[in-house]
Amino acid sequence: MDITSLDISALSGKLVKKELSSAEATRAYLERIGRVEERVSAFVTVTPEEALKAASEADSRIARGEDVTPLTGVPIAVKDIFSTRGVRTTCSSRILENFVPPYDATVIRKLKEAGAVILGKNNMDEFAMGSSTENSAFKKTLNPWALDRVPGGSSGGSAAAVAASECAASVGTDTGGSIRQPASCCGVVGLKPTYGRVSRFGMIAFASSLDQAGPLTRSVADASLMLNAIAGHDQLDSTSIDAPVPDYTAGLGSGIKGLRVGIPKEYFIEGMDPEVESSVRKALETIKSLGAELVEISLPHTEYAVAVYYLVATAEASSNLARYDGVKYGLRVDETGSLLDMYKRTRDEGFGPEVKRRIMLGTYSLSAGYYDAYYKKASQVRTLVKEDFEKAFSACDVIATPTAPTPAFRIGEKLEDPLTMYLSDIFTISCNLAGIPGISLPCGFTKEGLPVGLQILGRYLDEETVLRTAWSYEDATEWHKRRPNL
Amino acid sequence: MSITEKDVLHVAELARLELTAREKEIYTVQLKRILGYVEKLSELGTDGVRPTTHTVPPRTAYREDRVLPSLPSEEALSNAPSSDRGCFKVPKIIE
Repeated sequence: MDITSLDISALSGKLVKKELSSAEATRAYLERIGRVEERVSAFVTVTPEEALKAASEADSRIARGEDVTPLTGVPIAVKDIFSTRGVRTTCSSRILENFVPPYDATVIRKLKEAGAVILGKNNMDEFAMGSSTENSAFKKTLNPWALDRVPGGSSGGSAAAVAASECAASVGTDTGGSIRQPASCCGVVGLKPTYGRVSRFGMIAFASSLDQAGPLTRSVADASLMLNAIAGHDQLDSTSIDAPVPDYTAGLGSGIKGLRVGIPKEYFIEGMDPEVESSVRKALETIKSLGAELVEISLPHTEYAVAVYYLVATAEASSNLARYDGVKYGLRVDETGSLLDMYKRTRDEGFGPEVKRRIMLGTYSLSAGYYDAYYKKASQVRTLVKEDFEKAFSACDVIATPTAPTPAFRIGEKLEDPLTMYLSDIFTISCNLAGIPGISLPCGFTKEGLPVGLQILGRYLDEETVLRTAWSYEDATEWHKRRPNL
Repeated sequence: MSITEKDVLHVAELARLELTAREKEIYTVQLKRILGYVEKLSELGTDGVRPTTHTVPPRTAYREDRVLPSLPSEEALSNAPSSDRGCFKVPKIIE
């Protein structure tokens, strides 16, 4: 039996029945990382010692039969954006290259409390800014399905690690599609919960009104198990939602008969890859054959979402990233000049080109004379985007769309053209602007063997219907069972 | 509204970024293009539309006023590039 091929439920079953120990499972994953990481480059940091220690604690927990959860002893990874006490947390930036947080993010604390074993920290676009993971200051992660292609981004390391069976699951973050788009590119499941469903405490901030953590997994059931572990109110995050956390696995199998699935006409656009379109259209037919009703809907402000996003997200980023000044943590350059010189040199050397570009754009749009024309205007159009969804959800229960307009693109293909890169988030961004939940799951492959993703969006705090729809489709198809040859 | 190299220099100063000559050139071109794209928002009339800055219902998050342990100062300083006697140390700011 190949331990690394098991999903969380199967692995957890074997751990609980003591057919397998967490130490064995952890060693199997560490060996797998040792074999494929050279080609995939999905991790910034691997932590074998910490992982084996956590595994042995999980094994004694299982032996005692105390506090055993479905994640106890399960080897997972996390995006290198989550602060991990005593373990370097870089956000794939030079400016945080040697940052060792003195505390755990709430997501990490909850995963540890559930008994999960953390194998290491996944590579990402620097400060989560990007759609290809090429903006990492340290390495380029390659797509396990085609090593000349990007894994998507910004949680590209997480998606690639899950696809390459380097971990049973990972946790990423999604500001404009950074969980769903890489999940689509790598043929895995990626869930962005409702804004505020998962605490942002200890998660390095990019755009605070949009950032949300969520799982990347091999199956919809695994995503539900992971969400069970990380969701919930947190006093340390004033924007976290104080609402009960249901058992997200409970209703997965109850079917979608009579469910109204909205198909927004604005999401089937010219220029979309024909193979992506045909895979998604076939998926919609499958969903219909399961008893759901397909309803044509309109989200008229979709074409403005990318513009809104790149003003709102960069404005928030320019403010959030002001904290990297070479004083409290991180890189410091030049001790000899003035304080101002030190700030400027530190930031110029510490940040990569995309991060600087976004800080510049955000600073510009917030600066005197431009605020009304850019930031305020964008925030008003954001209201219109949000209202589009509110209207649509009176006629349907979930919305189904392609996750991305194309499959994974070639390394370097869009790197010199930021605007074209930004447009690869065209189908994922509106969901963040509206704060609603969304999932991407595999719905086919191109002739070249590249995965295609189906996106399902749901009402505010209605992850259950999103997951149930996704589970029903997954249960009727085989796409999620394919694994890349590495 | 078109961005000039002078605007780029001003914004870099506000953002505390010391850009190289090459970066100034590139960012002027790229920001011009991105701002040209976002200009499409002006097609929409938004008079009287309330801006959305956050999607969670606006409310004050209350919690019990309890004393919890703080991060010990050695740990808070553990990542500082330079520190001295329990303080973060920066270049001299007063001549």
